[in-house]
Amino acid sequence: MFQIRLHGRGGQGVVTGAEMLSVAAFLQGRHAQAFPSFGSERTGAPVVAFCRIDDREIRLREPIMEPDALIIQDPTLLHQVEVFSGLKPGDGYILINTSRSFDELGIGEFVSGFRPERLRTVPATELAVKHVGRPLPNAALLGGFAAVTGLLDLASVAAAIRDKFPGRVAEGNVAAATAAYEIVKQEMKEAALNAQAD
Amino acid sequence: MSFQPIKFYQTGTFTVGNRLLAPDERSVQANMQRTNSLNSGHRACQGCGEALGARYAIDAAMNATANQLIAANATGCLEVFSTPYPETSWQIPWIHSLFGNTAAVATGIAAALKVKGRRDVRVIAQGGDGGTTDIGFGCLSGMFERNDDVLFICYDNEAYMNTGVQRSSATPPAARTATTMAVGREPGNVFGQGKNLPLIAMAHFIPYVATATVAELRDLEAKVQRAMEIRGARYIHIFVPCPLGWGHEAHDTIRISRLVKETGLFPVFEAEHGEVTSVSKIRRQLPVEEYLRPQKRFAHLFGDAPRLETIAHIQAYADRNVRRFALLEEAAH
Amino acid sequence: MLKQIEGSLGVAEAVALCRPEVICAYPISPQTHIVENLGEMVKTGALAPCEFINVESEFSAMSVAIGASAAGARAYTATASQGLLYMVEAIFNAAGLGLPIVMTVANRAIGAPINIWNDHSDSMSQRDCGWIQLFAETNQEALDLHIQAFRLGEELSLPVMVCMDGFILTHAYERLDLPDQAQVDAYLPRYEPRQVLDPKEPVSIGAMVGPEAFTEVRYLAHAKQMQALELIPRHAQEFRAIFGRDSGGLVREYRTSDATTIVVALGSVLGTIKDTVDEMRREGHRIGALGIVSFRPFPLAEVRRVLHPAQRVVVLEKSLAVGIGGILSANVRMALSGVQLHGYTVIAGLGGRPITRKSLHKLFREAERDELQPLTFLDLDWNIVNRVLEREKRERRSGPIAETILRDVGVVAARVA
Repeated sequence: MFQIRLHGRGGQGVVTGAEMLSVAAFLQGRHAQAFPSFGSERTGAPVVAFCRIDDREIRLREPIMEPDALIIQDPTLLHQVEVFSGLKPGDGYILINTSRSFDELGIGEFVSGFRPERLRTVPATELAVKHVGRPLPNAALLGGFAAVTGLLDLASVAAAIRDKFPGRVAEGNVAAATAAYEIVKQEMKEAALNAQAD
Repeated sequence: MSFQPIKFYQTGTFTVGNRLLAPDERSVQANMQRTNSLNSGHRACQGCGEALGARYAIDAAMNATANQLIAANATGCLEVFSTPYPETSWQIPWIHSLFGNTAAVATGIAAALKVKGRRDVRVIAQGGDGGTTDIGFGCLSGMFERNDDVLFICYDNEAYMNTGVQRSSATPPAARTATTMAVGREPGNVFGQGKNLPLIAMAHFIPYVATATVAELRDLEAKVQRAMEIRGARYIHIFVPCPLGWGHEAHDTIRISRLVKETGLFPVFEAEHGEVTSVSKIRRQLPVEEYLRPQKRFAHLFGDAPRLETIAHIQAYADRNVRRFALLEEAAH
Repeated sequence: MLKQIEGSLGVAEAVALCRPEVICAYPISPQTHIVENLGEMVKTGALAPCEFINVESEFSAMSVAIGASAAGARAYTATASQGLLYMVEAIFNAAGLGLPIVMTVANRAIGAPINIWNDHSDSMSQRDCGWIQLFAETNQEALDLHIQAFRLGEELSLPVMVCMDGFILTHAYERLDLPDQAQVDAYLPRYEPRQVLDPKEPVSIGAMVGPEAFTEVRYLAHAKQMQALELIPRHAQEFRAIFGRDSGGLVREYRTSDATTIVVALGSVLGTIKDTVDEMRREGHRIGALGIVSFRPFPLAEVRRVLHPAQRVVVLEKSLAVGIGGILSANVRMALSGVQLHGYTVIAGLGGRPITRKSLHKLFREAERDELQPLTFLDLDWNIVNRVLEREKRERRSGPIAETILRDVGVVAARVA
């Protein structure tokens, strides 16, 4: 079972992001469960959503305590909420919506024990503004997630986006997701080359 | 069917005459083919205004709908005296659910009929003042707002009679009830603003609102039949004396009803979509005392130390109605 | 057809396939998505003929359903928590009148203090009203139980409550197998009421019944519900034949046959329990789980059959009978009358507190060592409650508990002395 925890703020589409992840996994023939950490809705409040992916029926109903991957839609949460709680040290994936680096975000030391190819940033909000016209980073982050984990392919992510959004909005989001996917893939390639060179 | 106001004060009787009317204007009750929807054998008190009003109203509704009627009834006197299990005096499909939900139950029946394409079958919801103005208020307002195709009839005997004459929001000021006893500095019910359900119904802008009394039974029938010609939410408020609860003679039910109109205390009118469309005029406004005296629930206003201020206060209510609804006939020239 | 959708939408689709004729609802978290979806289906014409009525209160919702059902229409509504309480008078009325209304209860805690999260206090508060109560373990079962509910209710002339955990199920996306119309039509025949309001054959429904007949009427209501104990398994078999899966039934056993410890529970927590059971089994523990699907009527014989060979029973419930203890456990105890085994009641998940595998592992092991108290509150913060109880020993004052706690925590939210 692969467990993903998404952190963001109300209004950023965190819950929708988790749902789309589950749909993408479903389209690839896998079992998936997505649910929010329920609370009174309020724009701007910290929101957590969860997605589990497995090859058999998922029976577990507890919130994700030990995520395999974290998607952080809003970096302002980093020092406000315990976003890293339970993350599998060393093996975890962390994908952050930002154009800054892990160091610049002040968590460089924290992630020093992690596998660097599993730590990615992607300027998802900028991509969303560019391709969709609105600062909703969730779809772009899914593209980034697909790239860094290899768990989902871009086609499934695109199909999940189209399932959720209508017409032009969907296409915009697919474009943002594709751009994010490519950016992350490119970065990972470069990082691998650099690692080889060292 | 139209209403022809035949006044019988000249003849000194109170008969509801038919011989002077064209056949199509005659009372439904005078017709051999009347449905007797509320059949004899029910357990109402002698002189019960509600039994009288209900019989007339429902038979008129049956007449207007070719006998295609379903009724929902609130808890209360009418429900209790008409269905002494295992007997029933209703000859129509009838359901009693709860005290406060009659309007909603009727909404549900109307929805079922609509879904099944039974456009010909109509729905009546009926209850006393308690089940209408108090506990039934929320559901009633909801039904009005949705404009559900239901005629709601309130039989107003101005208190919770079936449980022993307790005060409701329809109880008039100064009236003695079991929870507003005729004791203390201000005996009887308080002088509040009242809760005028007909006006509240009008404020919902529903297609038809009317008031009636059991003194003018053909007027009552005409109003029910008029209501059944209309689709949407409709409301009829009927003044029905209760000899037991009000402490008047059983044979005075109709006389008391006539007096409540003639004093101006109970305006008799019709309204459509929030505008008054017709008013039943008073030829000569009678002083409220004539209405109050025959009822023991107002006895504490009279006797050795009459409460003239209170009576004047009640008179002011009546005068305000006369003014507000233009109840007085224009003087004959 | 397989779909990855929200549980609420799955339920809405299932209800729609049952050809409801009157749907009336008042919004309350966490049921909202169910009725919103149904409302949309009616508005677009996807679900027709059907009347969708936006009522002004839950009391009205159940009352509209009563009127509609009495007039021969298949009626449905949904609610939770406070809404369920607001319609209590009407709920009893519907059961007493034998109207086969189906209602989803998206299980949620009851206030005060107000709480929108999941537990079973709402359904439990109505366990004696005469409605059949079925508890879904998964969203698939929730969807399936609605189809079974219409069939069961109409056959017995009794209303049916389908209980599904609010938020945990209603707001979760998972893989669902949605049946097609032909399958549902094969399983669920047209609604043919026993008694209906119709000018063709007038009846009077709802008379006052006095002492001379009331006991008989109530006994028959009980006897009728007991018939469901036979019908439910039969319907579940038929369901399997048409839809190809096991859903419903009275109880569901999981690795109980050689278990020395059996955990009993209702609803979605069974999923987490099963994962924990599997993990413990891998370590050699002889532990199993019993899920109860039909809570009313309570399957005494089945529960007894499964539990009596065990050494101990842990009833894990999301409900609390203030002043005495467990509710589900009391019902289970009745089934075990005369049977000697250790019984433990665990109150868990109240107001939506997550029930974790970690806590369950600890709990079940304590149970196996018979170290549990008869009544346990899982993951209770003893620190907080003890401080409040200590203070109250010194100074007795009244006031709302939640606000009182804040005084000890050091945050005074309101002037509660």
